[in-house]
Amino acid sequence: MKGNTVKKKALAAAISAVALAGLLAACTTGGGPSKASTGTSPKLTNCSNKIVHKSAPEVSVWAWYPNIKTVVDNFNNLHKDVQICWTNAGQGAPEYTKFQTAIASGKGAPDVIMLEDEQLTGFELQKGLVNLVPYGANKVKGNFSVGAWKDVSQGSAVYAIPVDGGPMGMIYRKDIFAKYGITTPPTTWTEYEADAVKVKAAGGPLFGDHASNTPQVDTALIAQDGGTPFTYDLAKPKDIKIQLDSQAVQDVLNYEAGLVKQKLVGTQDQFTTDYVSGLIAGKYATYIGAAWGPGYLTGAGVGKGSDSGQFAAAPLPSFDPSDPSVNWGGSTFAVTTQATDKTLAAEVAEGIYADKASLTNGWTTQTIFPLNQSVLKSSAFVNNKSAFFGGQQANKAVYIPAEDNYKGFDYSPFTNYYYAQFTTLLTKINAGTLSGTDAASQLQSIMVKYAQGQGFTVTQ
Amino acid sequence: MADTATALGTHPASVTLGLPHRGRRRLNRRSRVGWLFVAPFAIVFLVFLVAPLVYAFYLSLFTKGLATGTTFAGIDNYIKAFTDTSFLNGVWFVFRFSIVLIPIQMLVSLAAALVLDALTTRFARFARLMIFLPYAVPVVIGALMWGFLYSPSFGPLSQIFGLFGAQAPFLLSPSNVFGGLIIVVTWQWAGYYMIIIYAALRGIDPTLYEAARIDGANAWQVAVRIKVPMVSSALILILVFALIGTLQFFVEPSILTPVANGSITSDFTPNIYAFNLAFQYAQFNYASTISFALGIVVFIAVYIFLFATRKRGSFLS
Repeated sequence: MKGNTVKKKALAAAISAVALAGLLAACTTGGGPSKASTGTSPKLTNCSNKIVHKSAPEVSVWAWYPNIKTVVDNFNNLHKDVQICWTNAGQGAPEYTKFQTAIASGKGAPDVIMLEDEQLTGFELQKGLVNLVPYGANKVKGNFSVGAWKDVSQGSAVYAIPVDGGPMGMIYRKDIFAKYGITTPPTTWTEYEADAVKVKAAGGPLFGDHASNTPQVDTALIAQDGGTPFTYDLAKPKDIKIQLDSQAVQDVLNYEAGLVKQKLVGTQDQFTTDYVSGLIAGKYATYIGAAWGPGYLTGAGVGKGSDSGQFAAAPLPSFDPSDPSVNWGGSTFAVTTQATDKTLAAEVAEGIYADKASLTNGWTTQTIFPLNQSVLKSSAFVNNKSAFFGGQQANKAVYIPAEDNYKGFDYSPFTNYYYAQFTTLLTKINAGTLSGTDAASQLQSIMVKYAQGQGFTVTQ
Repeated sequence: MADTATALGTHPASVTLGLPHRGRRRLNRRSRVGWLFVAPFAIVFLVFLVAPLVYAFYLSLFTKGLATGTTFAGIDNYIKAFTDTSFLNGVWFVFRFSIVLIPIQMLVSLAAALVLDALTTRFARFARLMIFLPYAVPVVIGALMWGFLYSPSFGPLSQIFGLFGAQAPFLLSPSNVFGGLIIVVTWQWAGYYMIIIYAALRGIDPTLYEAARIDGANAWQVAVRIKVPMVSSALILILVFALIGTLQFFVEPSILTPVANGSITSDFTPNIYAFNLAFQYAQFNYASTISFALGIVVFIAVYIFLFATRKRGSFLS
């Protein structure tokens, strides 16, 4: 009897010791990256979709499009030789974090991954992505515009297949414009500022918003003004040219700082509840964004209540009539170097979201702005009357010309770092503690120092 | 754990006295059994704490640039860390934060514990639960909730200020974010510390109070002269907890980042900086270095603190 109690006590003690150790392990935070759990390889387990042809080999895919389930089902129904096993590993940053960890640890990446254009260079440099030219990428080259193809290429190599683009335009509130007597939307940034002054003088709402969490917009405007922040070619992986202190960068940042200082635009971060509710309530007269904006905003509840049909699209104002079109966002499918069967993976990357049913589903729900020419040239797409824009043919009037005029952009291999630093400086500009010129020179020196620390030879 | 010690302790003591020969064998067996008892903890400890730490330290001695391969760096990374303005500003921020936060937290939790200790009504039990409740709310949920409370368009602040026709301050703006986070963290943790102090107060022998009252001490004097000194070791325990926790500040600011309009930067605290280095910028080596550098800072801070309070604090000695 007594021995029994001792055993029981010992058992209890042992259990509590394990529990305590577990707790301790859970509590500590000091460790390094080894704590990051990448999980087991996602391959062929826990597919979030149904496999139609069970005998066919499977390819794992990470993607987060809102309609991805439909897209995957379409692909699997159409292909007997290969099936997609899809997982949603997070939208944007969370997915990149997992992929980053998988590259570092050498395992755990999917075969095919959805990536935004701006992320490609960094992962290419880390040898995370496969050049798709030997796997037939050029067969689908004709489906895309020159600019869209340039964004996924490095010289003659191609590292991803484009799906969706982000040609930029200006969305405005017809009711606010009418109330304050703006008959034609501003076509230049000078006019934009003049109209903003006019609305403010009449006691109107903010004319727009300069958010610190969208350095992509400021970068796009810099490109529009003729700036080339980064010049990078994977053929010479150690050389990079950084020009963030150029006249174009200073001009754009000074212009935005001026709008903020005169309180013509707000400084609310975008995609926050506060911002979206402000947009619905008519707190902002314009929204500078990309073609995928309406889909996102509709999802967040914009254009469904009293503001229904009040939005319209206009071409993005420019600094100069000869300015090129600019892009914000855009996504692709790439094959990872950890893919088990690269030929099959490439077939998936080239074929997913490329069939008519999926593309139609994507653009009619406005979740993507398709880059596939078969859609861009189809009359259904061109002449579509957007409900969000009150029946305006926004594709024809704004977004298709913008996409046709897009020439591509050189992203750096350290986009995340660049955006994080830019955001810090934009916050200071919005707080009025930093001028545009100073921000440009600080950004330049921060990025040059970082690039050198990473082993790049920097030319300025 | 204490149970194990007593359960084992009784047998062998008698054995060693009587039978030296068999005793040694028993002693060996005893130490083997001892190891067996330690094993569950030791294995978890080694696998989940020591091994990752060793690996992280190993990583921190190398450097890997995006354009270069991995090279041995020795202590170069540490030199870089301690001259890195992002890291130093982060450390400076968490130190300032600790200096303001810890006294506030301790005063709030001590006051609450003393009041609850003095009350014996049913209300006291209810109040104790309510004060403890924020700690039971997961930190992430708590931080999200505060994000809404601070919201310039939905928050109660904007409505209160709106009554007077004034514009509510945005408590997460670059100049207010310090105070805004102090409120969140105090709310989150004061209840937990209150329970620790309260438990210590319950452990005091009530005859001391009677003696004090006979000597003519009033309630205030009993609280300040008897109760507070009697729970000083609990207070020091709290201080060390709070100091370590604050120096490793991570969850609240990272949850509030999306609603803070850029006030919470990617190098806001050393832990946020280390996280971003590793998972946003692919610099696992340097992130390990920053983690270790923070560990060194925390160790030094806690050591200095324990040294300074060595006469009163007894829980670690």
